[in-house]
Amino acid sequence: MVKRIDGRKFDELRKMEAKVGVIPNAAGSAMFKIGKTTAIAAVYGPRDFQAYLQNPEVGVLRCNYNMISFSSGGERVRPGPSRRSREISLVTEKALLPAVDLSAFPNAVVDVYVELINTDAGTRCAGISAAAMALADAGIPMRDLVSAVSAGKFKGDFIADLNYEEDSAEEGVDFPIAMMPRTGAITLMQMDGIVEKDDIKEFMKIGKKACEKVYEVQKKALREKYGK
Amino acid sequence: MKSHVHTLAEKGFRLDNRKFDEYRPVKVEYSPLENAEGSARVTMGKTVVLAGVKMEVGTPFPDTPDDGVLMVNSELLPLANPDFESGPPSIEAIELSRVVDRGIRESGTIDTKKLCIKKGEKVWMVLLDIYPMNDDGNLFDAAALAGIAALQDAKLPEYKDEKVDYTKKTSKGIPLSKVPVECTVVKIDNHLFIDPSREEEKAADARLTIATIGKQLCAMQKGGDQALTDKEIEEMVDLAVKKTEELRKLLKK
Amino acid sequence: MSELLVQEKEVVIPGQILAKGMDFLPAHGTFREEDNIISSMVGLVNLNGRLIKIIPLTGPYIPRRDDVVIGKVVDIGPWGWRVDIRWAYQAMLSLKDATQEFIERGTDLTQFYNIGDILMVRIVNVSGSKVIDLGMKGPGLRKLTEGRMIQITPSKVPRLIGKQGSMITMIKEKTETRILVGQNGNVWISGLDPIKEKVAVDAIDIIDKESQSEGLTDSIEKYLNDKLGIKKEKKVEEKKEEVKEEKESKKKEK
Repeated sequence: MVKRIDGRKFDELRKMEAKVGVIPNAAGSAMFKIGKTTAIAAVYGPRDFQAYLQNPEVGVLRCNYNMISFSSGGERVRPGPSRRSREISLVTEKALLPAVDLSAFPNAVVDVYVELINTDAGTRCAGISAAAMALADAGIPMRDLVSAVSAGKFKGDFIADLNYEEDSAEEGVDFPIAMMPRTGAITLMQMDGIVEKDDIKEFMKIGKKACEKVYEVQKKALREKYGK
Repeated sequence: MKSHVHTLAEKGFRLDNRKFDEYRPVKVEYSPLENAEGSARVTMGKTVVLAGVKMEVGTPFPDTPDDGVLMVNSELLPLANPDFESGPPSIEAIELSRVVDRGIRESGTIDTKKLCIKKGEKVWMVLLDIYPMNDDGNLFDAAALAGIAALQDAKLPEYKDEKVDYTKKTSKGIPLSKVPVECTVVKIDNHLFIDPSREEEKAADARLTIATIGKQLCAMQKGGDQALTDKEIEEMVDLAVKKTEELRKLLKK
Repeated sequence: MSELLVQEKEVVIPGQILAKGMDFLPAHGTFREEDNIISSMVGLVNLNGRLIKIIPLTGPYIPRRDDVVIGKVVDIGPWGWRVDIRWAYQAMLSLKDATQEFIERGTDLTQFYNIGDILMVRIVNVSGSKVIDLGMKGPGLRKLTEGRMIQITPSKVPRLIGKQGSMITMIKEKTETRILVGQNGNVWISGLDPIKEKVAVDAIDIIDKESQSEGLTDSIEKYLNDKLGIKKEKKVEEKKEEVKEEKESKKKEK
């Protein structure tokens, strides 16, 4: 059977690891690691914030995605927000929002800080998966968890969870998705690369199956902290 | 209202029953991260600090044309403490990185000449970044310890045809000769504590951070709102020399 | 046909389907979506007839009227005091509700409560998320001095108190400390002996972390005995010896 550069099967994810409750100061926190990509998420709030941003109907979710400066395999990442990190903060927020219920916290904010401490590929998805666990750990009411992973296409094959080489290859297609596992509803979808219209179904199929595997790891980590 | 920290101190106690000159459990982990050229994680009670080194090749400063460059930076991530805010580095973050920087720089531990590739043109730049991951007090000591450990851990990447190849780490480390370690002593009323927790920091009148290399001192920084007497400073220095010796045992070499 | 998918006291996570069918009813911590009853939080399943409820194992404090909470004074103004009660917004203690006596206009309010003071207060009104009124009129409501405040997960307050106060009474008696528990998860601890006070703090911390485990009262009792027992025996022996010595010295005197 043909395998991928790193020896994985097409639908095989990199090795995953998750832990809930890694930042004692935070209301909720979690670590999610997939391959070399490691994300840490911390949740603070519901808490007070600037009056002009408040919503009297419902609490506001605010996400911040950041790569720490020695996280990358290449040169040092300059500290502070970039256009890329701001966009990812935005899509992270939108990926989590359908799953959280902030109606009990009008006018308040729930802050989610996602820090990538080591990166390979799939950082936004790892961040979202970590953030969903951190929100559950903080006891923010949720309709579901959110599990995220990249689908993709490399040298004509549909694959799950791209590594750096596959992600950065010119002919590669990156198709990150986030899913609420109970209903299968998609909350993050982006794509880079040229594909046929009919390919979408294949991406969705392999991506959703991959999200389910992420979900299993998230469930286990939450139960490890709270269960018997 | 005077906090409980003061009341207990009067009776000779601390919130967690530690001795005044006792660190919380300290742990140094080398290479927790793969991508940095060197990394270390220091745990001091509930305080956790991550330090990492990236190596780049750059132009030396004109007045030191054959010396490599050290740059220390730290950010107080809002993930680590509910009081930290997003945005450009706060004055606290700047002080933290400068105090760590001076401890390392003034110790002369890095042989910067050995980091020269071509005089006046190309030298190695050692970029040390420090991130508290959970702040329960005494970031200074934890950051300094993580910083020196990350420097010890670092391996230079391959440099070939005027290019750094980050995929290949060589066996060559950063040339270090000494092990600078910092100890912060705080003054609460007329008591001297080391390794203050966050609550103790809030109650502290003054602090003194002392970097040592063995019996010698190489950098100091006084902080806090109150003044210190000669006698207090002497006691603080004695304490720091003794305690940094203990911390140094947790490090390589 | 309805089907229950979980057991009593099972740990569940958000999004987990607890029951299918219309025979069951969603209660606290759950919601219905089509035929399913789903958990919205990490917690323990509690079945009561047809009702399915989740006892949360984590989560923020949500203020309710008549809750007695412990808070910290963060601001003073002509209207009274603002108090941090661990809610997103500060609660208000107005002049008329602050003391038994009448406070005249222009009085220096810091003589009653100052910034940084810790108060045991009652929530007298919750009107909208940002407006929470506090009152100090009632038994036990007062400024707390000499001691420390620690925080536990608000949803674990009932576990810390125990059945008819059994858990908290045990800790108080064994460690000889005064302990006050606010519904908001702020706990005030003060003991004459700092070592015993710390044992109480640690025991409360264990309850906070392991509230879901079986036989918690027993394991806490064992913990307290282990931590205090040796010391106690020593003290008793020391006392006995002291008494002996005293008697002996008195004998000698005679």
